[in-house]
Amino acid sequence: MSAVLTRPLLSVENLAVHIRTDGGLARILDDVTLAVPKGGSLGVVGESGCGKSTLLRAILGILPRGATVPKGAVLFEGEDILSDHGASVRGRIGFIPQDPYLSLNPVFRAGDQILEVMRRHAPGRRRDHKEKLVELFRAVQLPDPGGALAKYPHQFSGGQRQRLLIAAALSCEPSLVVADEPTTALDVTTQREILVVLRQLIAERGLSLLFVTHDFGVLATVCDQVAVLYSGRVAETGPTRAVLDTPLHPYARMLLACHPDRATDLLGIPGTVPAATAQPPGCRFHPRCPQLHSGCPIEVPPMLPAGEGRAVACPWYEEAPRG
Amino acid sequence: MARYVLRRILLALPALFGLVLLTFVLTRVIPGDPAAALAGDSATPAQIAEIREKYGLDRPILEQALVHIRQVLTGDLGRSIFSGRPVTEEIAQRLPATLELTFAALFLATIIGIPLGLVAALNHNGPVDQIVRLLSVGGLAIASFWLALMLQLVFAMDLDILPLRGRVDVDLGLPPTVTGLLTIDSLLAGRFDQFRDAVWHLVLPAVTLCLPGLASIARFTRSGMLEMLQKDFVLYARAAGYGKFRLYAIYVLRNAVTVTVTQIGLLFGALISGAVAVEAIYDWPGLGTYAVQAILTADYKALLAVTLVVGVVYAVVNVLVDVAQALIDPRVAEDVR
Repeated sequence: MSAVLTRPLLSVENLAVHIRTDGGLARILDDVTLAVPKGGSLGVVGESGCGKSTLLRAILGILPRGATVPKGAVLFEGEDILSDHGASVRGRIGFIPQDPYLSLNPVFRAGDQILEVMRRHAPGRRRDHKEKLVELFRAVQLPDPGGALAKYPHQFSGGQRQRLLIAAALSCEPSLVVADEPTTALDVTTQREILVVLRQLIAERGLSLLFVTHDFGVLATVCDQVAVLYSGRVAETGPTRAVLDTPLHPYARMLLACHPDRATDLLGIPGTVPAATAQPPGCRFHPRCPQLHSGCPIEVPPMLPAGEGRAVACPWYEEAPRG
Repeated sequence: MARYVLRRILLALPALFGLVLLTFVLTRVIPGDPAAALAGDSATPAQIAEIREKYGLDRPILEQALVHIRQVLTGDLGRSIFSGRPVTEEIAQRLPATLELTFAALFLATIIGIPLGLVAALNHNGPVDQIVRLLSVGGLAIASFWLALMLQLVFAMDLDILPLRGRVDVDLGLPPTVTGLLTIDSLLAGRFDQFRDAVWHLVLPAVTLCLPGLASIARFTRSGMLEMLQKDFVLYARAAGYGKFRLYAIYVLRNAVTVTVTQIGLLFGALISGAVAVEAIYDWPGLGTYAVQAILTADYKALLAVTLVVGVVYAVVNVLVDVAQALIDPRVAEDVR
């Protein structure tokens, strides 16, 4: 295969994002490297505060005020997209936000809000856009797709709004869809339905997916690759099944052990994610790690290949877990 | 929506009725005997009593009130004690002038205040924001009579580019009355010279009157925008790829101005009372000068009528504001069922 074909659709290379805060410089992301292959799906998983949302905002070009990118690049179809704040990728990357209740403007018709984006980023006349949107509404299984155009956001339920937002994400025919915990705000049964619709549409259209979540169960449903993020760094990457079945990084092991489905009894991880303004030196997980070695607080562990397309940022991953 | 509008109108009616009663009571308990004032300084007690009887001022106050209510409902507000002419006639002559002035001031305050607040919010804590903040404090703090005199001094006396006082240039004559608003009537008549003259006369009084309103509209728009800019939908719209101008000047602003619009309704009351001083200084033949004259002559019939008319205008404006709000935010009309 040629290099062009194997080149990932989206690659994040050694990305660092810093934000100036009142409490000092917050190193939200530090040397994050990830890739979403064409037609593939990558899940980014981690606790709150690990930098998942900032990663998405960097990719979408909507970093908050005061954020700087001292290092690294985000390449989309080979182009560096950080330099123009995402302007060139609008319409080519579809975004599904976290909260369907808050992400639509209450005083405009939901359909008009999507049509406005299509007007700017997809060629065609308004009438064609409308037809296409109704078609999308049907595809995401929104009830009464034709009538939905005239409705305001508050006239839809939460699940329906998330369907609207999925339709919006697909409206400009993107090659990549980026989703920020799109089911967190919904109840469990609705979650399941939304994920099924999303997975189906992604597969049908041959799209790539970057999916951010804190929920391993959701991850297993929609992603074939996974990256575990801890405190702004990648702890472990690999095929979803392999990582979920046999997590290698001590953090990943403990995080998975916290999941109610698989824990024999709820363990939790002692300590908390360090504040972004006060990161510990060396491996950022070392203050909470049960397998602490003398080198851990000193040296930043590199990503080590661990076979089967996996990589782990812990030199001691082969050691049997303690405790 | 129609239901909502009807409801707002019905809700305004009891308030208006209350206004009729309240103003009547207020004018009858304030000091100053209207009969004595009317009779003049040299009148004998007998003459005063005669006048009192003629105008029904000797009846029990409740009866006077009932008579008054019946008259108001039939559109008969009585005759001015001062001039002897029907007050409705006198007010009909003067109301358009005041409406033209206050609408012009409100228009200026809105079209300048909203963009100012928008720009200030987008440059939060930047130089533009500081200037707008200074302006909005200054706009509320500057006394309108002082400002009026300064404007007259500079633009009418020194530069001589705007008229000093009055509403029209008598040489040009008046356009046929349709709305009573000279700017509109002159356009309807196709008399652009009269239109220009009407606008020229409007500029200084309207600028003077608009300043406090402008200040508060800018402030409310600014704080509304700052609040809305924090919302998730703004971030989402940015990620989805809205254009900058459309995003802020239309998409977010529409949310932000719901508060401003309510404020505009409340402002209208302040504008009308502010018009009293402004009209006096610019010699503007409106309700303000009429009210001043009514107070000075204890012409309670005129005073009642002025209060009533201002109250009705205020109520109408606020119904319009409610409707505007429902048009801006569709949830407003649905919440109140």
